[in-house]
Amino acid sequence: MIFLKLILTNLRRHRIRSLISIAGIAFSVAAMLTIVTILQGAVGMFSGILSSDSEIIVFERNVSDLFFSSVPAAAVQAISGWSIVEHADPVLFGIVSSSDHPIITCFGVTSADARIRNATWLQGTRANFGQHMDDVVLGERAAEFLSAKLGSQVQIGHGAFHVIGILQTANGFEDGGVFMPLNSAQTFFHKEGSSSVITVKLRNKEDAGILKNMVQAKFKNLIALEDQEFTRSYSQFKILKATAWAVGGCGLLLGGLGVANTMIMSVFTRIREIAILRVNGFSDWQLAGMIFGESAFVSILGAVVGLSIGTCFLFALKFVPALHGYVDVDIQLFVVVLIIVLALITGVAGALYPAIYAMRIRAVEALRFE
Amino acid sequence: MSNRVVLQALDVWKSYDAGAISVLNGVDFEALEGQTVALCGPSGCGKSTLLHLLGGLDEPDRGLISVNAVELNARRSRLHLLRHEVGFVFQLHNLIPDLTLEENCLIPTVAAGMDRQIAQARLRQLTSLTGLTHRLGHRVQKLSGGERQRTALCRALMNKPKILLADEPTGSLDENTSAAVFQLLLDLAATEGVTLVMATHDRAIAEQCDRLVEMRNGRIHEPESS
Repeated sequence: MIFLKLILTNLRRHRIRSLISIAGIAFSVAAMLTIVTILQGAVGMFSGILSSDSEIIVFERNVSDLFFSSVPAAAVQAISGWSIVEHADPVLFGIVSSSDHPIITCFGVTSADARIRNATWLQGTRANFGQHMDDVVLGERAAEFLSAKLGSQVQIGHGAFHVIGILQTANGFEDGGVFMPLNSAQTFFHKEGSSSVITVKLRNKEDAGILKNMVQAKFKNLIALEDQEFTRSYSQFKILKATAWAVGGCGLLLGGLGVANTMIMSVFTRIREIAILRVNGFSDWQLAGMIFGESAFVSILGAVVGLSIGTCFLFALKFVPALHGYVDVDIQLFVVVLIIVLALITGVAGALYPAIYAMRIRAVEALRFE
Repeated sequence: MSNRVVLQALDVWKSYDAGAISVLNGVDFEALEGQTVALCGPSGCGKSTLLHLLGGLDEPDRGLISVNAVELNARRSRLHLLRHEVGFVFQLHNLIPDLTLEENCLIPTVAAGMDRQIAQARLRQLTSLTGLTHRLGHRVQKLSGGERQRTALCRALMNKPKILLADEPTGSLDENTSAAVFQLLLDLAATEGVTLVMATHDRAIAEQCDRLVEMRNGRIHEPESS
């Protein structure tokens, strides 16, 4: 109890300084939680697009980005004909721009595609999809920011298109995207006769291994991966996740420097007190424990405050119309635990030098310190 | 008082600034169990340095310090000494201002890992002897100079040390308080059977001890009569 009080005494003595340190860790933790959660949500949503009513993704081997993948129509035809396959949907991804929006995701799909089939059609009907080359269906949010409704003409990239439907999905990327008939998209993006991926639904999920082997045997240039396998190995996802952790880590490092500064000041302003503790039998490790305890308290309190701020911020983002569907506030337990551990490590690392300094304080000299 | 030597310094030398300031020049000193010894002498003669060396707060350049016939030569034995065998009282009370009297007194028991109930019982015993029971929950800032020094005395005795080293314990107190605190120091030393070695400028106080040791220029000059 006294030991705990000795830890807390100094924090209470310098309240403003302690609060600044706690705030430093809190904001770093909040930033890390927000960035990691948003990016994981984005990755999840992108995976969701690919795994819509399918278990396997077939794409060009060794491409860094699915936008550069090219899967020939012959592959679609062949895979669709295999007995273990229930359906195989080719999807062509493209990026276009409009006058106000530099990036709009385009999906070139067939009318049988699960994304079209399973969506809620707010306006128009699926039966009209794919009838004309210049027809498009807009996601709900895309319709909103393009100010389009059923029957409108919209300018997308270098082409003008006729809106024949508006649909709602649970996926932010799809909701903010434009759905074109596959052949129309192939022409528009100059990828005639090919798609970016084939999403495959099997009659029996356990045949995934067989399908992967069949693809490998028949199409040397293509690779088939199960959805989860793809999410784990896709380099873009890896880069996004690594970036999120790196940015968050930098924030935490800055917070850690704040803790280090506080702890250094904490030791320097209580040199005489440390000497008194030494005279009264405190060992090096008891003194270090006191310093580490102080920094651990700052870090954990900062982490808890930061997690609360981050969670509130994420919930607030969810209700921003422009971000609707993009922010997935699914805060994973392992992320929370990892962030707390990182904050703790940062705080303790920040206290390393001050603790060593405190351990080296000689009582005789320090007692003369005014 | 027995004839057992509990504290011994043999040919102890100490200097600072790489030998530029010589403080102790071959000091030989010993104190017997239960004895009260006053170290007198002018400022800078080495009284405090000798106390620090005897209490394991510092190491001599040369010579030998023994406590209860065990040579102080390792950091661990110094820690053991500070936790269990020696208590310190300084001119300035050296209490931690944000803690209460009770908490300040319990610090040595935390360091030594003493059982809480035993520590509380000891605290009650000492605060009763020093008349501080009613001040237990008070912060240091609320205490008078005399009370602070009495608190420091309690703290020094918490772990039942057999040796009490006091460096000008009454130096910052007024005459009346000084006399009262010194008397308490002697009484407690007698009650607890503690060997007291005290550095002081005050000749009148020093003469009330069992033995008076004079220090000059880093050496001991013990009067014949003491």
